[in-house]
Amino acid sequence: MFRILEKSTPATSINRFMIETPDVAKKALPGQFVILRLHEKGERIPITIADTDRVKSIITLFIQEVGKTTIEIGKLKSGDCILDVVGPLGIPSHIENFGTVLCVAGGVGVAVMYPVAKALKEKGNKIISILGARSKNFIVLENEMKKISDEFYITTDDGLYGEKGFVSDVLKNLLAQSSNHSLANIVYAIGPVPMMKVVSEITKRHNLKTIVSLNPIMVDGTGMCGACRVSIGGITKFACVDGPDFDGHLVDWKELTCRLSLFKRKEKESLDHYCKLSAAGK
Amino acid sequence: MEKIPRQKMPVQDVKERIKNFSSVALGYLNEQAILEAKRCIQCKKPTCIEGCPVEVDIPGFIKKIAEKNFTEAIKILKNKNNLPAVCGRVCPQETQCEIKCVLAKKGEPVAIGRLERFAADWEIANSLEFRVHSLEKLKAKDGNPQTSNSNLSTLNSQLSTNRIAVVGSGPAGLTCAADLAKMRYDVTIFESLHETGGVLMYGIPEFRLPKKTVKIEINYIKSLGVSIRTNVLIGKTKTVQELFDEGYKAIFVGTGAGLPQFLSIPGENLNRIYSANEFLTRANLMKAYKFPEYDTPIDIGKRVAVIGAGNVAMDSARVALRLGADEVLIVYRRTEKEMPARLEEIENAKEEGVILHLLTAPIRFIGDENNNVTGMECLKMELGEPDASGRRRPIPIKNSEFKFDVDTVVMAIGQSPNPLLPKTIRGLQVGKHGNIITDEKTGVTSIPGIFAGGDIATGASTVIEAMGAGKRAARAINEYIKNKKDFFDIINI
Repeated sequence: MFRILEKSTPATSINRFMIETPDVAKKALPGQFVILRLHEKGERIPITIADTDRVKSIITLFIQEVGKTTIEIGKLKSGDCILDVVGPLGIPSHIENFGTVLCVAGGVGVAVMYPVAKALKEKGNKIISILGARSKNFIVLENEMKKISDEFYITTDDGLYGEKGFVSDVLKNLLAQSSNHSLANIVYAIGPVPMMKVVSEITKRHNLKTIVSLNPIMVDGTGMCGACRVSIGGITKFACVDGPDFDGHLVDWKELTCRLSLFKRKEKESLDHYCKLSAAGK
Repeated sequence: MEKIPRQKMPVQDVKERIKNFSSVALGYLNEQAILEAKRCIQCKKPTCIEGCPVEVDIPGFIKKIAEKNFTEAIKILKNKNNLPAVCGRVCPQETQCEIKCVLAKKGEPVAIGRLERFAADWEIANSLEFRVHSLEKLKAKDGNPQTSNSNLSTLNSQLSTNRIAVVGSGPAGLTCAADLAKMRYDVTIFESLHETGGVLMYGIPEFRLPKKTVKIEINYIKSLGVSIRTNVLIGKTKTVQELFDEGYKAIFVGTGAGLPQFLSIPGENLNRIYSANEFLTRANLMKAYKFPEYDTPIDIGKRVAVIGAGNVAMDSARVALRLGADEVLIVYRRTEKEMPARLEEIENAKEEGVILHLLTAPIRFIGDENNNVTGMECLKMELGEPDASGRRRPIPIKNSEFKFDVDTVVMAIGQSPNPLLPKTIRGLQVGKHGNIITDEKTGVTSIPGIFAGGDIATGASTVIEAMGAGKRAARAINEYIKNKKDFFDIINI
């Protein structure tokens, strides 16, 4: 059992949990994730570690409510427990002094980007950040990202905060204003699959190396089932043990998108079942 | 004397059982078990024991069943076998103990597996009385720790400074841990999943091995004083070096063959193409067959092809049937004769309606615009000369391509040793299939203090072989610690 020491809701439908996990906190590095299971009947879901406090043995997770399990987690409070947390899983993000790093993050992906960007900053990189969200109340860790960024841009789909449009629009503008390679040495893109796909397509045209953090369906997260397999340059890789970071220019995006939709119908069924039970007061 | 025939096992009716996940084989009744036990002729030099990788005193426990002394029977079994209810169900007895039975020469061997299962199940059913019984015995014979599990456990933690770490809680790790605990070591098992048992929990389906039974057997192992820590992935959560630093004197690696193999043919990542590991883990460990009561989904179509013909393939096919598939095919590149699955499982599968599609090998999967699998292109095969495995090699027949409609595929063509942990141990010698190289008799690896056994050393094999390896490694670890003792005594000061 793993205790939630603190829970808050920093953005609409995005909950932040500080969880006591001595083993994971001792080891976790930027880019790694945990698999958690709420209770005996629960499923196992992967969540990237957004922050770690080694002294206090705490990891921080941002979990967006998108379906049955994440909605159920959203109902937990400080002091409640999560049955299973295993990690840190996956290969840590590659951190070195590249020069200038362009960090493009969308939605709850900002929480995943934050520890990576922080580590890149600490390595002496210049950080240019482009954050994007549906609207103002869906933005997380804006100030934290701003603090470590040398240049900072923010977009919202509705345009009521920051620039109107997508992160890809800002990216395109920045690239248009600079000659090839003078903007950044590498791009890190983390967010929803359509966003990472578009960013990779744009940077490919500029031959600008781009690392993405993939989020396929996972079960065990330890390499034993291949549910999370992705095609990278035509070769099958397991995102849980070979990733989750990959070269965005080599990812088969259509395959990933389709594989993510495999359980759509079942996911809805599960959520409906849960809502019915909740309504019945169980 | 009238000859007693080999007693048949009552089974669940086929029409009913394909609709549920309950046990297919129902187990002997007392009278049947006693009758069957009486068939054993109690050989002076019992050859059956040679066939058992964990060396159970087979005539000994069978004699007790014949005498209706079930308590004594299970005691004899557990002397060597820590998981008898599991082994009685899933061991391929026909190629192990039973093939060596003298009666097999002229007729049918004694049903050793069924009797083992009977004794183990009897104990579980009567466990309350059993516990009371042993408690009384403990009071009577105070000072003899062998009579009490809880007593053993306290002893372990109080006296033992020799901590041993076991990585992986499958059959190899459980057996090694239990045997070490019986030798008074302080043993901790580290398991990466949330449940203990390895393949017994995620791989073998409920209808062949009830999870409740597995849990009871694991509780027995805990009662010997073994601690189990789930949700710890050694190699990531902790390294092997850190285990040594924490004071573990030796480490047994039993991390199994959990790496699924794929065919590396086009279209293999289409939707609804599962590895058997994923398919079975969803169904068994996560109980996706009880969706949406349980949260983990599983999605199958109407026509399911299972590629491969081992026990994992049979399990997958029978699970698919129970999940509601209209038609389930086993697609195999050799003939029925070469199928590696247990005969009993093949028969069960056929009886339940699984169709064998033999001498057929897929070369490409076909999908629709949403990347869902809709078919596969196959080649017909013929058999050539025997290969290294002794089975006749399948050879593709030229221009024999044909298409085949399926909407779900399960790849059950084997598993490789899980590379995650070996990769993190510097200097560890690994074979070309990723298996840890060990001395088969002792589990000794290239690094002093690290032992390994089961599928991580041999590649995918059987539950009982893994248990045998765990048992041998426990002995070797004991030797290692004893020889090292003086050394440890010095550094502990």
